[in-house]
Amino acid sequence: MDVLGRYRNLIVLVGVLFAQVLGLAVQVRRTTDNEPTRLIRIWAVGAVTPLEKLLGWTQTSTGNLWHNYFYLRGVRAENRSLKAQIERMSLEQVRLSQDADQARRLQALLAFKEQFISQTMAAQVIGSSGSELSRSVYIDKGEHDGIKPDMAVITADGIVGKVLRVYRSTSLVLLIDDQTSGVGSILDKTRLQGILRGTPSGELVLEKVMSDETVSPGELVLTSGGDGIFPKGLLVGRVTKASPGSELFLNIRVHPAVDLSKLEEVLVVTKIDERQAQPDQTGAARAVDILAERLPGVPSKPETGDKTTAPDATKSAPPIATTVTTTKPATTKPAPTTTTTTAPGTASSKPAVPANPDSGNKTTAPPPQVSVNGDPAPPRKTATSSSASFPAPSAGTTAAAAMKTVSKPVKASTEPKPQPALEDNPH
Amino acid sequence: MAITYTSGEQVEVYRFSIPATVLVPLAALFLQAWLPLRFPFFTVFDLPLLVVIGFATARRNPLAGLVTGGLIGIAQDALTHQPIGLYGISKTVVGFGASSLGIKLDVENAGARFLLTIFFYVVHEIVYFLIARGLVGLHMAWSWPHEFLSGVANAILGVLVFMLLDRLKQRT
Repeated sequence: MDVLGRYRNLIVLVGVLFAQVLGLAVQVRRTTDNEPTRLIRIWAVGAVTPLEKLLGWTQTSTGNLWHNYFYLRGVRAENRSLKAQIERMSLEQVRLSQDADQARRLQALLAFKEQFISQTMAAQVIGSSGSELSRSVYIDKGEHDGIKPDMAVITADGIVGKVLRVYRSTSLVLLIDDQTSGVGSILDKTRLQGILRGTPSGELVLEKVMSDETVSPGELVLTSGGDGIFPKGLLVGRVTKASPGSELFLNIRVHPAVDLSKLEEVLVVTKIDERQAQPDQTGAARAVDILAERLPGVPSKPETGDKTTAPDATKSAPPIATTVTTTKPATTKPAPTTTTTTAPGTASSKPAVPANPDSGNKTTAPPPQVSVNGDPAPPRKTATSSSASFPAPSAGTTAAAAMKTVSKPVKASTEPKPQPALEDNPH
Repeated sequence: MAITYTSGEQVEVYRFSIPATVLVPLAALFLQAWLPLRFPFFTVFDLPLLVVIGFATARRNPLAGLVTGGLIGIAQDALTHQPIGLYGISKTVVGFGASSLGIKLDVENAGARFLLTIFFYVVHEIVYFLIARGLVGLHMAWSWPHEFLSGVANAILGVLVFMLLDRLKQRT
């Protein structure tokens, strides 16, 4: 008994350590995705997160109050800049929507099923795990808000991680740079697929890419959709280094698109739909339409014309081609600027040349009507373009002559976009 | 009646009030989880570990030290996605060791506290490393310079934390 009394502390220490090691071993052995959350986790999270939420709310409120009501310096300049950005992006959007429309048509032909994010929920990051070896954060949305495990968490810049554990009003999000995380990824240009993993030091590595492949730094890494969590095509990051690694695979380092150490607000993807691609039948607005709204009036001159089709459009029309048919006259307003002497339907990278100011008064041009794959479409607005992406007739040509030009079919997105069609402008 | 965790005959033994015993570890856990979001470099620090060392050296009772260390460690584990017990075991060892050493050494001055914190930080990391690699199978890299520098950083913060804890401790 004396011995027990003498080594009492040591015996208790060994007993406590043994119990904990045993518990750890059981957890490691039983680790599955469907494991219920342990009570101790619920208690710990319940004790810490309310304060984090309160502090987060206070910080956000104070920040909003300051930035929205007091500190408004530079807002006007920023507003102007943003408006300009919106204009630029609108043009870009139109170009991309044409590409997307073509892609949808092709996908429809192949009965391709696509995934898309149909519902997200904004959440605020309120805390972290506080450990370098557990790269995870807590968000202020939980079971009550409809969050479920394995939901993807993203920001506007790229992917962040996935929901790992869900509590009543908070959730634990495992970041993509954690070493237990894995994201199915694909390289944008080479289309090589791999698995993106975190390292103990918090770096991202793209694994399982064979060493005989060529991967260059700067290449974008996207989600492949193969993990069943992230929809395909979301931005993951950018390759920073690719070198021969151990065994047969490349050692590819990736810089995440999102700064994972400074997360404030995230989006939880609460619903991903899968549907068969449907070609867009509505006839979305085009770049030329947007340009037409901005450009000054066109001096018009009377001109008659029936069906007009550009020679090169008929020459190189692929299965999905755009043809223009004139059906009714309309008044058009050409732009004050035109591009350099570029053949209709081809792109020019040269800067725009000012148009002849004498070129005109109002012109009644034969208005074309677009038909896609034989389906008639309503008449659209149009204008000549000063952009390299949207070629226009050469300097000195009249707007009426420009109206006769017809686009080539849409090509791959990396190439300069040919002008789809030039039609009448009701303005 | 105030609860005391230990008593001593030759060395000065302190106790902490119940609110301090509960709220100080809770505050450490909260700050450890919250501050890295605002200051990413804060992950280098281990505030709960400093609290364990501070409590253990003040109480000078190995049993109280290991229980305090174990509970704080398990609570810290519960906030991560790793299995519960990694921090629990490491801090149990540190709590026991710090309180055992506190009986034999004078840990009232800043220099001793500084060295003690570096020592126990490294011990904590070694135990954590061994368990994480051996039991859980995590991939971890050990770097002496990194661990030592982290230990120094923690020791500097630890001296300040112990000064705060000094204000809360009560003589038995």
